Amino acid sequence: MVYNNPMITDKRIAELETAANQIRQDIIEMLLAAGSGHSAGPLGMADVFTALYYEIAKLTPETRGEPDRDRVVLSNAHICPVLYATLANRGYFPREELKTLRKLGTRLQGHSNNHFRPEVPIETSGGPLGQGSSQAVGMAIAARANAKRNEVSPNGKEKLPVWHTWALLSDGELDEGQSWEAIALAGKLNLRELTAFVDRNNIQIDGFTEDVMPLEPLADKFKAFNWSVIDVDGHNIREVIEAADRARAIAENPTVIICHTIPGKGVDFMENRYEWHGIPPNAEQAKIALMELRTLGGQIKSEHQ
Amino acid sequence: MLNPTLNPQIFDPKVEKIPTRNGYGEALVELGEKNPDVFVLTGDLSESTRVLAFQKKFPAQFVECGVAEQNMMGVAAGLALAGKIPFVSSYAVFVPGRCWDQLRVSVCYSNSNVKIAGAHSGISVGPDGATHQALEDIAITRVLPGLTVVVPCDAEETRKCTHAVAEKVGPCYFRFAREKTPVMTTKETPFEIGKAYVCREGKDATIAACGPLLHEALLAARELEKEGVEVEVLNCHTLKPFDAETLVTSVKKTGSCVTVEEHQITGGLYGAASECLGRNFPAPLEPIGMPDSFGESGEPDELLEKYGMKAKHIVAAVKKAMGRKKNR
Repeated sequence: MVYNNPMITDKRIAELETAANQIRQDIIEMLLAAGSGHSAGPLGMADVFTALYYEIAKLTPETRGEPDRDRVVLSNAHICPVLYATLANRGYFPREELKTLRKLGTRLQGHSNNHFRPEVPIETSGGPLGQGSSQAVGMAIAARANAKRNEVSPNGKEKLPVWHTWALLSDGELDEGQSWEAIALAGKLNLRELTAFVDRNNIQIDGFTEDVMPLEPLADKFKAFNWSVIDVDGHNIREVIEAADRARAIAENPTVIICHTIPGKGVDFMENRYEWHGIPPNAEQAKIALMELRTLGGQIKSEHQ
Repeated sequence: MLNPTLNPQIFDPKVEKIPTRNGYGEALVELGEKNPDVFVLTGDLSESTRVLAFQKKFPAQFVECGVAEQNMMGVAAGLALAGKIPFVSSYAVFVPGRCWDQLRVSVCYSNSNVKIAGAHSGISVGPDGATHQALEDIAITRVLPGLTVVVPCDAEETRKCTHAVAEKVGPCYFRFAREKTPVMTTKETPFEIGKAYVCREGKDATIAACGPLLHEALLAARELEKEGVEVEVLNCHTLKPFDAETLVTSVKKTGSCVTVEEHQITGGLYGAASECLGRNFPAPLEPIGMPDSFGESGEPDELLEKYGMKAKHIVAAVKKAMGRKKNR
């Protein structure tokens, strides 16, 4: 499907692409400083995170912790470097803090947790896969209950907070049975208050998803559980934003936006290589990666050259 | 002397018997009337966990999750993180048995205000057999940082416990029995999470009990009284945070202790008491509980007899503990 949302100018999209590029550079630098962590997933999801935190979700640094903020749940928390880099670039905390990733005493744990909210606006703790889907369903049910109470409140007196819930899932984590328990409950409840993004990058630790444990036909599976399904190019920020707008407008049931992404996107030698799922670059590799990102793959001259 | 707030009919063979889970169901309805943020979740067990009345009265605050406990625990965490007070209701073998990882990460590590109600705990589940007899749930919950663990002794205490758990901010696990068990406490009996209390004063030995077996402990104390042995009986309903002060004060006076629980003797009340006395006041300590074994089908009373959890077994354990005291 071709999307064309006149609300978002080409100039704005270009700004967001620049932000996503900076987020990728920060991911490389923080992984290098940490000496461990995941490379492929964070780089692959930089565009979706930029779209979500800069445009889609009702969230700003100024209103962090507000009761009616949108809830974002990162389920596959091993890609948290992209979450941290996005939050820092969005202005939630200083970018210098990114270098503390995985270090003793840091707020930026190896898998993201919710211990530092609202300053660091992370709603849940993750790591063991499949748990975010259920928590996102719970948050969406709570928002629905609040909306219902507002409706029946005499003279509209009660004004409880209402929000949309955005869940970020990976494709590999859909191996977990819990994911499908949550997907079934959301489908049963026609939970329109919930939208999930699935990072369809086709890799997991031991190899390609279709070799480790086939997921296809993935869209049909979601449809069978009473979800609306939208497929997008996860590197086309305009497409991601417009899909989210559509998801919010779908009143029948929950929506999944299957984001087709390239793991390691932006760094040539990492792209589509499952070997980069769980390791960081060394100093030499990081240098090449940063050069590539700064020059957009050789298209422009880096100011650092 | 017996705590005067206890049920005066406590030793009457016709003492009123009610399943502890009934107190849970009643309290939930009371809570629902007070607080529209209270939610109840179940996994296809609304009748036997006694949440049916709540479901009928407050359908908008009820989530039927189907036979999917891992998701149920996570949904509860999401509700709690969004300001609700969710009660997860299932059998103790499934919750926390089937969703310990979700309890650990989505609930405890995230400090989400989830209340977990484990029904049908202990060997007295009876004919359903070993797979349905939760004898490890206290051990696997007590080990989790930040989780409160309570084992109320009867229906009235379960009612009080449910209210207390709702008031207390933070994750909490509490368990019930399936069978009708004697009502030992009254509305006047004190109940405070984290505070054990003396049911019967004594000077020769301490019995620390939790759950419906508290009744067997009191029967054992009455038997021993006939032999001139004065036993102090404590209701140690809260396994975590464990009330070290009450236990240590009692054992300093009596010099020996027996723990009584429907649970494996590793990791439950015997574990908690061992850790407590080991650190504060080492003394002879004997266990009544499951001796590192699975259960089996049978009538509740037959099983309590076979696995050594009746009053006569407690009497023997008290004598053993007291004997060790003399040999020191």
